[in-house]
Amino acid sequence: MGKAQKAVQWDPTDIKQKLLEKYPPKVARKRAKQILINEAQENTTPEITANVRTIPGIITMRGCTYAGCKGVIMGPTSDIVNLVHGPIGCSFYAWLTRRNQSDASGHENANFINYCMSTDMQDSDIIFGGEKKLELAIQEAYDTFHPKAIAIFATCPVGLIGDDIHAVARKMKEKFGDCNVFAFSCEGYKGVSQSAGHHIANNQVFTHLVGKSEQEKTDKYKINLLGEYNIGGDGFEIDRILKKCGITNIATFSGNSTYDQFASANQADLSCVMCHRSINYVADMLETKYGIPWIKVNFIGAEATAKSLRKIGAYFADQELVDKIEEVIAEEMPSVKAICEDVLPRTTGKTAMLFVGGSRAHHYQELFSEMGMKTLSAGYEFAHRDDYEGREVIPNLKVDADSRNIEEIEVSADPELFKPRKSEEELKALEKSGFEFKEYEGLIPDMDKDTLIIDDLNQYEAEKLVELLKPDIFCAGIKEKFSIQKLGIPMKQLHSYDSGGPYAGFKGAINFYQEIDRLVTSKVWSYMKAPWEENPELSATYVWE
Amino acid sequence: MLLRHTPKEVTERKALTINPAKTCQPIGAMYAALGIKGCLPHSHGSQGCCAYHRSTLTRHYKEPISAATSSFTEGASVFGGQANLLQAINNIFTVYEPEVIAVHTTCLSETIGDDLPQIFDKAIKEKKVPEGKTVLGAPTPSYVGSHVTGFSNMVKAMAALARKSENRNGKVNIIPGWVEPCDMEEIKRLAAMMDVKINMFPDTSGVLNGPLNGEYHMFPDGGTPIEDIKSSGDASGTLALGEWCSADAARTLDSKCKVPCSVLDMPFGLQATDRFIDALRKIAGTSVAEEVSAERGQLVDMISDMHQYFYHKKVAIFGDPDQLISMVEFLVAIDMCPIHIVTGTPGKKFERRIKEITKDVPYEVNVKAAGDMFLLHQWIKNEPVDLLIGNTYGKYMARDEDIPFIRWGFPILDRQGHQYFPTVGYKGGIRMLEKILGVLLDRMDRDNPEEKFELVY
Ligand code: SF4
Ligand code: SF4
Repeated sequence: MGKAQKAVQWDPTDIKQKLLEKYPPKVARKRAKQILINEAQENTTPEITANVRTIPGIITMRGCTYAGCKGVIMGPTSDIVNLVHGPIGCSFYAWLTRRNQSDASGHENANFINYCMSTDMQDSDIIFGGEKKLELAIQEAYDTFHPKAIAIFATCPVGLIGDDIHAVARKMKEKFGDCNVFAFSCEGYKGVSQSAGHHIANNQVFTHLVGKSEQEKTDKYKINLLGEYNIGGDGFEIDRILKKCGITNIATFSGNSTYDQFASANQADLSCVMCHRSINYVADMLETKYGIPWIKVNFIGAEATAKSLRKIGAYFADQELVDKIEEVIAEEMPSVKAICEDVLPRTTGKTAMLFVGGSRAHHYQELFSEMGMKTLSAGYEFAHRDDYEGREVIPNLKVDADSRNIEEIEVSADPELFKPRKSEEELKALEKSGFEFKEYEGLIPDMDKDTLIIDDLNQYEAEKLVELLKPDIFCAGIKEKFSIQKLGIPMKQLHSYDSGGPYAGFKGAINFYQEIDRLVTSKVWSYMKAPWEENPELSATYVWE
Repeated sequence: MLLRHTPKEVTERKALTINPAKTCQPIGAMYAALGIKGCLPHSHGSQGCCAYHRSTLTRHYKEPISAATSSFTEGASVFGGQANLLQAINNIFTVYEPEVIAVHTTCLSETIGDDLPQIFDKAIKEKKVPEGKTVLGAPTPSYVGSHVTGFSNMVKAMAALARKSENRNGKVNIIPGWVEPCDMEEIKRLAAMMDVKINMFPDTSGVLNGPLNGEYHMFPDGGTPIEDIKSSGDASGTLALGEWCSADAARTLDSKCKVPCSVLDMPFGLQATDRFIDALRKIAGTSVAEEVSAERGQLVDMISDMHQYFYHKKVAIFGDPDQLISMVEFLVAIDMCPIHIVTGTPGKKFERRIKEITKDVPYEVNVKAAGDMFLLHQWIKNEPVDLLIGNTYGKYMARDEDIPFIRWGFPILDRQGHQYFPTVGYKGGIRMLEKILGVLLDRMDRDNPEEKFELVY
């Protein structure tokens, strides 16, 4: 695909029209509300429809509630036995497929991340109920592994036949005494996407794990990192930087995390939220119950990382920490800059499209802009309106039938464990100096005017977008990867990073620059047509004739 | 140690499956459906299943896998999925314009009890299925059997489309079973060499090993045209390769259209390929083409040349029943000793066949149908092997136990080649041997002391 073929001039209204024209009228009307031509201004953000049902028959990028619960949130934990109650498939597909890394080094540390466990329900379990089998499976898991905790996940048929997984979990927990057993009602059909599963997972983690540790953490600057899943080792890099700055990460939710980390999360002094979508409510609950304030951070992009570190420094307001952070940034930046400058001539002016997750499509735009690349279009698979428009819309969100069946838990200040981390005056002073707590502006205000923001993009629209706008790179997931590449456009997976990573932090930025440089300059994209296809007319004869 | 918690001592588990050697039915149905020309597979259930099946097939083939879903939410799960499926059929024909929609159920729609034929009738009555287009369906409850069962059920649903013939067309139906696109190509090549006119379904060659040329076609040129599937009732006979994958479809053709069938093993390795070629010879009523005999001779030659490296080497192998039966037979034929054999798919018949094939192996042979990889690993800890063969998930055991490892089967998520180089037929046998030798000799080169590091073997 040469530059010449690019649509230099394009009108977003035309593009939107083209995306919609083939749909039956009802589908087109619905999709029209989820495709937005950005016109965000200083004070207003346009409204998008999000977190609504997927249209049957439309090839969606989305997964299900179970995928969000087991796959995203609980999957990366290392010393909890994750046991899936259901037929075999669900457990099989979530087996090591998200590239969550785990460094439970040393033989004394438990690491169950490489195991896939299931009750493998059979016909008879569906007919007569699967509780007995689940109970026995929990017993067998306990006898085989002696874990600190066993987490149970319900898949589609379990909800239908009405197995009471929570009762079974309670019973087994009491029986064992030394093993925490809890369950997740995360049947795939609940909610409209993975997002419901994140919510269900987080609620249970908050209820059954957080605050259960006896051990007191006495480190100086204690934070929690929420919404970081250690894909391709992102969490390792963030931890490296935090450690270097002298900041202690008490608990990551949930990349490479352990039972004890969750259990002591209530002892942190600040919660830092990476992926807003998957976990913002936990940050709220930690604040209400334990008094831990929270801020939105972003460790994707070197500048974003520096900014987030400075924000943490400002919060603790301790000169020693502030200085250390500046020192670390000064130390790390030169090598980042060097690589960035190296790739800039090749990446500047190139264009990207990002359709991933519920935060990534936003975060990764930082990295692209550091490389001089513009994002033409972006959107999420399972975000809600607040992820697009900012948190101020949360009070106005309609609670529809699909959200109503996801449990909301009520929390209040813990009589013993609640303690305010900062005095009212200190908080006020911070806010006055421009510090923002509990703030997330969302994707839309950050994107250029007239870019296209599309919720729940599907295969048909993706293909059309790529044909019309010919971006230099497209970012989505494995299901999208090869149809885009067949069109001659490099495609980078941003859920699981293909084989790459980490992309967070300073070293991650370097990796990402190099990876994108490789993708947009690879010679392979110039081989699409064979010589005889480029010049099919036979205009001369071969020399030896 | 990645699987550091796997104890050596084997205790019986009645309820807990750990590291399964199988997955669920719909993914097999989806793969089979991709072998129909112009077909969009459709998963009737919640969208998560479809996303998972597409992801796994995509990772295995490194190709786009399109499939639609009924996207159930809670409402559909309570009131039934008819409305979703009707809407889906309408949307699919309008937006993607496939020739065929092949619907399979999931454990969700099965548990609710959605009746596919009834919904299809309604869709046709409501004119949601355009003239000349086909909708077919297979029940694939995930709590029965495995992905292999799902494959078989979808192929059976294809066979059910066959019309009863007035006049035979002289062709032979070949139902190849769950093999790779390149294997299907190889089967076609062998039949052509034998001058046998065949009608093969499903056929994923040309669908799941497509070129990169700047064009994306949701429906590539490959696949069996639906007309050919319908005309399979006109054939003079059916060769079904693999009892688990293909027999049901072949028997459906027999009972419905009186097309006689014979069920053979999948043509992996020497003897199973011999039986396949011999069957083709009898059908064609000719002698075996010389080129085919020459290929066979090359395979036998390679076995004799390298016999010392195969002889009495112990092998652990896991995978799907039809594939395993032929491959274990091949390993025994080259004097290797397959001693730990697991399939996740249930079936006592499998255990009997394997016992029969391995009866002269001079070690105790462990075999289990409806077993898992955790058990296989424990067996290996108790009786170590020289070689492990299985899908990608075997790499964890291979690393922990330091065993040479060959990826073969489904899914292979971390390597390429399986979609391009066949392992069926004599040429496939040669490739398998090359792979076995490769890992065994690499191992010797790595482990031998320096003075034993030799240029020639
Ligand atoms: S819900 Fe059933 S059909 Fe879907 S992935 Fe799980 S086991 Fe397979
Ligand atoms: S952006 Fe999406 S995939 Fe990524 S962590 Fe958040 S919810 Fe998960």
